[in-house]
Amino acid sequence: MTAPLLEARDLARHYRLPGGYLSERGVVRALDGVSFTLQQGRTLAIVGESGSGKSTLARQVTMVETPTSGELLLDGRDVARATRAERRRLRPQVQMVFQNPYASLNPRRTVGALLEEPLAIQRRGSRDERRSAALAMLSKVGLRAEHYRRYPHMFSGGQRQRIAVARALMLNPRLVVADEPISALDVSTQAQVLNLLADLQQEFNVAYLFIAHNLQVVRLIADDVVVMYLGKAVEQGSKEAIFENPQHPYTKALLASTPSVHRRRRDSTSSQPANAIDAAPCIGHDRGPSS
Amino acid sequence: MSVDTAAVADRERFPTGEALVDIRDLRVDFGTAARPLPAVEGVDLSIGAGEIVGLVGESGSGKSVTALALMGLVDEPARVAAQRMQFAGRDLIRMTADARRSLAGRDMAMIFQDPHASLDPCYTVGFQLDEAIRLHGNADERASAAARRQRATALLREVDIREPAMRLRAYPHQLSGGMAQRVMIAIALAGRPRLLIADEPTTALDVTVQAQVLALLLRLRDELGMAILLITHDLAVVAETADRVVVLYAGQVMETGTVPAIFDAPRHPYTRALLDALPEYERGQTRLRTIPGVVPGAHDRPAGCLLAPRCAFAVERCNEVRPALTALRARVSVRCHYPLVVE
Repeated sequence: MTAPLLEARDLARHYRLPGGYLSERGVVRALDGVSFTLQQGRTLAIVGESGSGKSTLARQVTMVETPTSGELLLDGRDVARATRAERRRLRPQVQMVFQNPYASLNPRRTVGALLEEPLAIQRRGSRDERRSAALAMLSKVGLRAEHYRRYPHMFSGGQRQRIAVARALMLNPRLVVADEPISALDVSTQAQVLNLLADLQQEFNVAYLFIAHNLQVVRLIADDVVVMYLGKAVEQGSKEAIFENPQHPYTKALLASTPSVHRRRRDSTSSQPANAIDAAPCIGHDRGPSS
Repeated sequence: MSVDTAAVADRERFPTGEALVDIRDLRVDFGTAARPLPAVEGVDLSIGAGEIVGLVGESGSGKSVTALALMGLVDEPARVAAQRMQFAGRDLIRMTADARRSLAGRDMAMIFQDPHASLDPCYTVGFQLDEAIRLHGNADERASAAARRQRATALLREVDIREPAMRLRAYPHQLSGGMAQRVMIAIALAGRPRLLIADEPTTALDVTVQAQVLALLLRLRDELGMAILLITHDLAVVAETADRVVVLYAGQVMETGTVPAIFDAPRHPYTRALLDALPEYERGQTRLRTIPGVVPGAHDRPAGCLLAPRCAFAVERCNEVRPALTALRARVSVRCHYPLVVE
């Protein structure tokens, strides 16, 4: 097996609460010792509920923040201890797609300008080269050359997310962190964007760190899965292992809670998924203020 | 008192089977006479007492506008018209504005997607519950603060909130999303409604919390005999929760029927395509089937079937003639010239 593109070893990120020096509980352990590996061109899904540390993990991987402890290796280099200059050099390798394309695209810039901006910041290519790179990327994500001069508000949600994906790929990154990239979209466009992500992975051999709460989507696109709860990975493994043979009660509760069009009417008197979460002895009680 | 005696009495007055809500040919238009912008174009909707009806559709399909029209919350300059619009046998069209207002919040209540946006951040849960009970409670409760306090505690218990006395003193920001939505449901229950309109009630919640809130809604329906109009874009939520489903597309009902009928054997190409686009339909495959194109806007509606430009089965006639909603069998209706054949 080749060396992984991304490896986290006991990665942690703690936040100090304001004014917390007076009390014992002045620290939030948002990410509390997570380890995983991600190979080039593969997809690792991070699932968990709000407050589980998914987005904190994304902020470490995208080098927006510095981990409190542990190692985060990108291509074998520890990002957590990299100098500023090194981090700047590594950052183009990791790009991000956000949940809400209505918020993540600057409404005052044209699609062309949005796509060329990463190249301009990195001082790559001439104006003309950047322009042709943007046009080429537009066609790869299923948009047309005439869209180059338009503004984000002129597009539907699905098209906007295509633009966001295109922008993330402009620097030819090796890893894209996608934080709930389809949960703001309608059902019919969710499928289009998922297909697009799969096609682009094939074409660019890019790895995805795919953050999601929808297990049906995870089941479709992930190779491996990490299930997070309160900053810890409570279960991780191949997609098959997680879905066919879940071990941790929290994973089981998540699976039981995920609605399916194949499952009919939960009888409010019979055993219901709602009770699954309370059945997990280690959970239920310790759901913090944000649960 | 966990089972509300008033609601039980109501159930006897409006026995199951008689439609609680009966809407025929609802139209809501946001344009002008010269340039109509129809958001809802001829929607039929009936809800039986104690029935859970799922209203599904993509954004812009007219789900929320239909619900707001039923509540009487669509304002000028939008125009609401219908052949028939009845609630518990009363004509909503000819009703005075005052009578209409007294129904909303009491006989029909509504909860929304984001509970933290629905609750007032400046007031405690107790204050907001008290206000709802003062406006919509029974005569006893309207007169006595002590009775209201007791009712507020009972309502929080009813929605499975532990330590209700403590929660009454809490401000909305101190509540989790699931807890806040339970509080919203408690406020909606203050007037002992016969219909609860829930507009994407679990969309903003985590899946485990979503499961709890949906189970709560089912229990409340069973215990209080309250009908629920469940508006959502999530087909799986409808499949697991509703008795009947209405599929909206671009302001029209495409297909309606019982949950097993629609989910096991959809007859409309749109319903079929929506189900096909779900990740769970493609076990073992990497590509999802998609619906090409986008939902038509209010100003560029096709002359024929609204789905025709995106429909894999469309033929000449579909582009020319708008199909009518036609009953295929008992309680299953489809708006399609060529309904899919199922074995």
